[in-house]
Amino acid sequence: MLRASLVLLAALVLVPSAAADGRQLYLEGCASCHGVDARGIEGRGPDLHGAGAAAADFYLSTGRMPLAEPTDQPLRADPEYSRGEIDQLVAYIGSLGGPPIPDVHPEQGSVSQGLELFSENCAGCHHMTAAGGIVTNVVAPSIWGATPTQVAEAIRVGPYVMPHFGAGRIDDAELNSLVSYVELTKNPDDRGGWALGHVGPVPEGMVAWLLAGAVLVLVARVIGNRAR
Amino acid sequence: MKRWLIAFLMLLLGRGQKPRQLPPPDPVLDAEPPRSPGSELLVVVLLLGAAAAAIVFVVVYALSANTQLLGLSMGGALVLLAAVFYVIAKRLVPQAESDEPYPQLIHQPEQEEVARTFEESASRLTRKRLLVVAAGTAGTALAVAVVTPLASLGPILDTDRLYRSPWSRGRRLVDAAGKPLKAGEVIERSLFSAFPEGADPKDLAAPIVLVRVEGDDLDLPEGRENWAPGGIVAYSKICTHAACAVSLYRAPLNEPTAPKPALICPCHFSTFDPAKGAEVLFGPAGRPLPQLPLEVDGDGYLVAGGDFSGPVGPAWWGVRKR
Repeated sequence: MLRASLVLLAALVLVPSAAADGRQLYLEGCASCHGVDARGIEGRGPDLHGAGAAAADFYLSTGRMPLAEPTDQPLRADPEYSRGEIDQLVAYIGSLGGPPIPDVHPEQGSVSQGLELFSENCAGCHHMTAAGGIVTNVVAPSIWGATPTQVAEAIRVGPYVMPHFGAGRIDDAELNSLVSYVELTKNPDDRGGWALGHVGPVPEGMVAWLLAGAVLVLVARVIGNRAR
Repeated sequence: MKRWLIAFLMLLLGRGQKPRQLPPPDPVLDAEPPRSPGSELLVVVLLLGAAAAAIVFVVVYALSANTQLLGLSMGGALVLLAAVFYVIAKRLVPQAESDEPYPQLIHQPEQEEVARTFEESASRLTRKRLLVVAAGTAGTALAVAVVTPLASLGPILDTDRLYRSPWSRGRRLVDAAGKPLKAGEVIERSLFSAFPEGADPKDLAAPIVLVRVEGDDLDLPEGRENWAPGGIVAYSKICTHAACAVSLYRAPLNEPTAPKPALICPCHFSTFDPAKGAEVLFGPAGRPLPQLPLEVDGDGYLVAGGDFSGPVGPAWWGVRKR
C-alpha cells in the first residue's frame, strides 16, 4: 500500500516535470514544423494533439524525426535524441492525448497466426520476409531493424503513408503474434547456410545445383581428353 | 552334412599345395614401370581421407545434424573418391592407344540382298493416298489435342459469365471469417477486404476492398453520388490489369507532405485513386477498378446497393461493349 502510494506520488511529481522538460525540447526541435502550440503548420507538419505517446516514441526512437525537409519521406536513421530526451518528448506529446505506447509481448504470440496476419495485412508492401519493398512514390522500409515495441507502434499509428490498425482489426493478442512473426523474419533458420534473401530452402538448393553443375563441367573439361 | 565334411577335408588337404605354376604369358602392353611409386601411396591416402570424411558425416549426424557440416563431410568424401579414380586412371592404368583396321567386307552379296529387301519392303503399300490421308488425320487430331487446353484461358463465345457477379442489392458485406461488417468499423486510413455473404469467396467478382475517404476529398463519377455512405467506397479487389489482388493502400498521415491516398496492386504497381472512382493514377491497368455501390441497413451493417459499375477482372476484347 505504502509502495503503491509512493509510486503514484512519484508519477504525479515526475511525469509533469518530464513533460515540462519535453515541452522545452519540443520548442527547440519540433515547433518549427508542428507549431508552438503543437497544432501543426499547414504544408509542414501535422497537429500532434491525439498523435499520442506511441507515435512520438516511434518517430523519435527510429530517428525518423526530426526531418530535414517536411516533404521528405521519414526514413530510419540514428536517433537524434538520447533515450532520456526521447522519454521527455514522449511524455510531452503523450500529455496532448492519443494512444499510449503499446505493451507488446512477442513471446506470448503464435508465430503461425502472426504469419497469417502478416500475409493478409503487411506482406503487400513489406513483403513476406519483411525485407521491405516499394509502394508507388514511396519506399516501404524493411522491418528487420525495428524493435518489437516499434513494430507494434507502427501498426497502431500507421506512420507516413502506412495504414493503421486499431484494436478492432488486430487485437492485443494478435499484435503479439504479428510481432513474434516479425521477430522470426529477422533471424530465420536458413538451413542451407546461404540465406539468399531468406526466401526459403528451395532457391538455395536451386543455386547450389546450378553452381555444382557448372563446377562439374569445368572439372570434366580439365581432366578429360579430347577424342582424336 | 556329409558333403560339407568332404568339402572341408578337401580344402584342408589342398592347403599348402602350391598351384601349378603356369609360364607367365607375354605382356600385351609394353612393359612400363609406374611413373611414380608415390601414386599408389597417394591413392591410399585419398581413400583413407574419404573414409575419414564419411566417418565425420556419421559423427556430425549423431551429434548435431548441422546441414552445412553434413553436406561438407559427405561432399568431401565423394570429392576425395573422385580424386582417387582420377589418380588411378591417369597414373596407374597404362595409357596406350591401339587401332584395329576394319576387315574387308566379306559378305558382299548378302549386303546387296539386304538393300534390295529394304527397297522392296514398301511395295505392298498400294493405297498410298489413303495412308497419307490417315496420317494427316492423326497429325491434325494430335495438334488439336495439344491446342485444346487453351480453352481454359477463358470463354470465347459465351462471354456472359465474365459479367456475372455474386453482388446484388441488399447483400451484406462479410469479412474473411464470415462476420458481417458494420459501417462504423471501417475507420479512416485503413484497408478492409470483404466478401458477399453466403457466396463463394473464390468467385473472381466476390472480393472487394473498402476504404473510408475523408468527406471533402470524395469526387466520384456522375451518377455515383449515393454509392459511398459516410465516405466508405468499395471496389473490386481484382486488378483490371492482370487480376492480382489489390492489397496495398497508401494512406498518408499528413496529406500535404506525402503522396495522396491510393489503392495499389503489388504485381505491377497499378495505382488507383479511391476518391475518384478508382481512376488509374499510374501503372499498366487500362481502366478503373469496378466500383460497388454501398448502403447501410437499419442495423448499421454495410450492404451492396447493386452490382459493380463494370466488368470485374482483367480486360478482354468485349470488356468495353457494355
